[in-house]
Amino acid sequence: MLGLYIDRNSAIHALAPGVKMLALALSALALIAVDNWRVLAAVLTAVLGLFAVARLPAREVVAQLRPVLFLALFFFAVHALLVSWQSGLVTVLRFTILVSLAVGITLTTRVSHMVDALESGLRPLRFIGVNPAKISLMISLAIRFVPLLVDLVREIRAAQQARGLERSVTAVAVPLIVKTLRMASVLTDAIEARGYDPD
Amino acid sequence: MLSTRDIVHIALFAAIMAALGLMPPVPVGFVPVPITAQSMGVMLAGAILGAKRGALAIVLFLALVAIGLPLLSGGRGGLGVFFGPTAGFLVSWPIGAFVTGWLTERFWKRLNFGYLLAACAAGGIFVVYVIGIIGLSLIAGLPLEKAAAGSITFIPGDLIKVVIAAFVAKTVNRSYPVIRA
Repeated sequence: MLGLYIDRNSAIHALAPGVKMLALALSALALIAVDNWRVLAAVLTAVLGLFAVARLPAREVVAQLRPVLFLALFFFAVHALLVSWQSGLVTVLRFTILVSLAVGITLTTRVSHMVDALESGLRPLRFIGVNPAKISLMISLAIRFVPLLVDLVREIRAAQQARGLERSVTAVAVPLIVKTLRMASVLTDAIEARGYDPD
Repeated sequence: MLSTRDIVHIALFAAIMAALGLMPPVPVGFVPVPITAQSMGVMLAGAILGAKRGALAIVLFLALVAIGLPLLSGGRGGLGVFFGPTAGFLVSWPIGAFVTGWLTERFWKRLNFGYLLAACAAGGIFVVYVIGIIGLSLIAGLPLEKAAAGSITFIPGDLIKVVIAAFVAKTVNRSYPVIRA
């Protein structure tokens, strides 16, 4: 499955996804307490250093960080005009650090490992009636159907193009949804015919 | 309790969200922001699957984004999008789908285009903007009114999406109703 993951041999890649997520959550909590922009700038430099430790290609990292950098510049300008440049720097550095850490986790963790982590993270919810088997089925069905529906969209667009309707959102969305709902009904029968019973 | 049918509907609608993200944005003459089909998918999930399944479909879609699949329009994805200043808008999506779905279920017996418009606007615009603006104000440290002023420039484009979503939902619900089917 095509994800944002970049395969490298590094200590950060080897960390368990749960550990990385915990580190992210703790950083988020800790950062609320810091309101000195010098400290935050040092932290951001350290976080960017982690990308080097993870041996990620600079081009990919920049591509992933570009949106948050634009937002950071924009909000810094807004803050500098409305409040002060110091408070702007603190706010902008805070979210840039968190986004960078989160991007780092995404780039260094396989989608399949994230799915495993998600499933084991949800296991305790069993006691409030959440069935992990059902969640696993939902995740794998959705992942399986994304490429199929992407092809379906392409097909429908080609068909509507022949009718001069390729710019109409409705002419693509309606057949896409109706066809998918029909597929869902066939798929439900197929799953139940195989004796699927998670309860 | 979720039946097999519910599970399949939720999973396939999450996949529809992904497919909508790959549709190239449609430029609309008089609005500067092109229409991306994905935020329309939020209203469609509620108006077609109902409150519970619609909200869960969007939660599942966001989970797929969070585990590292580039499924948001423009090929964005990963955990990073949930920590930026606009994270509130993403987090609001399942709640928006729930509200649209809840209203659609309430109106079901006398559902027409007008009721669908109201349901889509309530979930897809009101809920999304309220939560999104609060998130923007908290994460970007802006006063609420400034965050709101910056966000409402996108409302004209979203109003067009409400009209399209209501029309699509009406057509789909007539030919293939899922709610109470």
